Amino acid sequence: MDLLEYQGKQLFAKHGVAVPSGEVAKTVDEAVAAAEQIGYPCAIKAQVLIGGRGKAGGIKIASDQAQAREYADAILGMDIVGPHGEGPFRVDQVWIEGGSDIASEYYASVILDRGEKKLLAMVSSQGGMDIEQVAAESPDALIKRHIDPTREFDAAAAREIIDAAGLDEDIRDQAAEVLVKLAEVAGNEDASLIEVNPLIVTSERQVVALDAKVTIDGNALYRHEDLAEIADTVDDPQEQMAKDKGLTYVKLDGNVGILANGAGLCMSTLDVVAQAGGAPANFLDAGGGSKAEAIVNALEVIKSDAKVSAILFNIFGGITRCDEIANGIVTASSQLDLDLPLVVRLDGTNSEEGLEILAAANLPNLHQEKTMLDAARRVVELAGGAA
Amino acid sequence: MSIIVGSETKLAVSGLTGREGSFHGLRNRAYGTDLVAGVTPGKGGQDVEGVPVFDTIKEAVTEAGANTSMIFVPARFAAPAIDEAIDSGVETVIAITEGIPVLDMLKTYWKAKEAGVRLIGPNCPGVLSPGKANVGIIPAQFFDPGKIGVVSKSGTLTYQIGNELKQAGEGNSSIVGIGGDPIVGSDFIDILTMYEADPETELIVMVGEIGGDAEERAAEFISSEVSKPVVAYIAGFTAPPGKQMGHAGAIISGSSGTAQAKKDALEAKGVRVGQSPTEAAAIAVETLRAL
Repeated sequence: MDLLEYQGKQLFAKHGVAVPSGEVAKTVDEAVAAAEQIGYPCAIKAQVLIGGRGKAGGIKIASDQAQAREYADAILGMDIVGPHGEGPFRVDQVWIEGGSDIASEYYASVILDRGEKKLLAMVSSQGGMDIEQVAAESPDALIKRHIDPTREFDAAAAREIIDAAGLDEDIRDQAAEVLVKLAEVAGNEDASLIEVNPLIVTSERQVVALDAKVTIDGNALYRHEDLAEIADTVDDPQEQMAKDKGLTYVKLDGNVGILANGAGLCMSTLDVVAQAGGAPANFLDAGGGSKAEAIVNALEVIKSDAKVSAILFNIFGGITRCDEIANGIVTASSQLDLDLPLVVRLDGTNSEEGLEILAAANLPNLHQEKTMLDAARRVVELAGGAA
Repeated sequence: MSIIVGSETKLAVSGLTGREGSFHGLRNRAYGTDLVAGVTPGKGGQDVEGVPVFDTIKEAVTEAGANTSMIFVPARFAAPAIDEAIDSGVETVIAITEGIPVLDMLKTYWKAKEAGVRLIGPNCPGVLSPGKANVGIIPAQFFDPGKIGVVSKSGTLTYQIGNELKQAGEGNSSIVGIGGDPIVGSDFIDILTMYEADPETELIVMVGEIGGDAEERAAEFISSEVSKPVVAYIAGFTAPPGKQMGHAGAIISGSSGTAQAKKDALEAKGVRVGQSPTEAAAIAVETLRAL
């Protein structure tokens, strides 16, 4: 689960990392009121889960009330597309914070290195820009050190990294302390990614986190009540519906609704639909051991997306029994008034029984295919051809 | 031969008294796996359909001779259960449980490493050696004994490919589900090493998905250390950046960890990558028959 900048900063503050104080606002009036209280100049920052906000015009510095109003009005409701084409992300809240007097911009992060199975701390004196570019163009400027999982990550260990990165002499102890605290956030809050870019030094020589990118491990939310509350808020209506029904659903842009069992098979199904020239509307993993009720729920979620014009069921029954799935499809068709074309591929455990159930139900909108590839081609055809 | 589980496996199931644990544990026994013990704290002395239950894994080792532990306990108690298994004296721990916090696994990973215990999973379907033993939730009916070793991050995708191999008349030495979590006990490289040494395995099918760099590392390893042919399939080409798709491991951000990057890395080292599970299975069969 990714946190918005201000949520990340609140987490930093809780662990003693200095951040600019500010307020979150959802309307222009709220934003102006916050700016008035904070004083000028102040930064008005779009709160969306994507990088490149500055370039997209989502971060502005207001020097008076009129500007605060103008910028808040422009940023709220804006659609931001990420640097790799992600999104668009609609801005529905802004964070207003006091303007900072920046003497230097650095970079600091603590991330989980899956390959090495350790936390990795990274520091660079070249902050404020795309860190991937820094890593590519001047790799020596990005200091990377793994954190020894068997030892405490203390100020001395952090200081070694800060020294190697060559940050200004006078703030090295402060910066080392910040790095220790960021590692503490990782450990205590189950964060698998913490990135601060830029980590600034103010003209008063204080080290402050001016941005915060934090990813919390969703599996650990049970031990973080405050963070679990954030996870409960989902913007998309289909994603919210799926969450309420306990389904793993991710909304995509296309018109072919997809349901498969197992995350791997489901991803593979999206791929073969795309190879057949179609555009998947969603990822929906009905899970192992899917029962009829789960199928009804899943179809309800898929159907509620108005863009969907045909649905593909790709089931390989292992623990999941195909007769259960077939019963779910039949029940859902009558309960949900389902008239969209439905392509079904059932294979694996009890597939013959499942196919018999479907044949007996004689649903006019149901098309059966034997293989995953044929099913993909058929659903793309029924959805109105290639996207 | 086969790898990780076989006729010498003596299995203790942590969570055997639970619904899932008993269903799958007994299913494994019905397949022929030597299920010697169940483990549930506080339920020592009971039995599940004739299988003695102990309070600790240590007792399952000393009293019933268990050498392999399967973990079926709920996520928030799973890491301590794996730690207990590592300390108990078993050689292999197979963790089926999904949803274990990644930082817990980080500590457990290094504990297993230090103790020299083989850890498979978590969030995996287990290991099947057709005709010998099944430890986990893999539906054995889709796999015959044979010469192809399978290693996979995904469960259902493996069944799909296994079934296609079976229909083509080929079988498997073992099927290893390593799990899709960010931190797993054994990576592709660990399992590739075992298949390379296993005389029964003549070809290896590797099934990866977006997230992390285990496939890229495997590609490097294959080029220098694996003499047997490897065929791969990667899922997740259409996954949008930054979205998480089910498996906690299946996260991509930016360009690294994408399905395309993995496919390119493997192909650069001479590994053939199928466009679909069907094509991967077909390439595997074709390659095996040409050996």
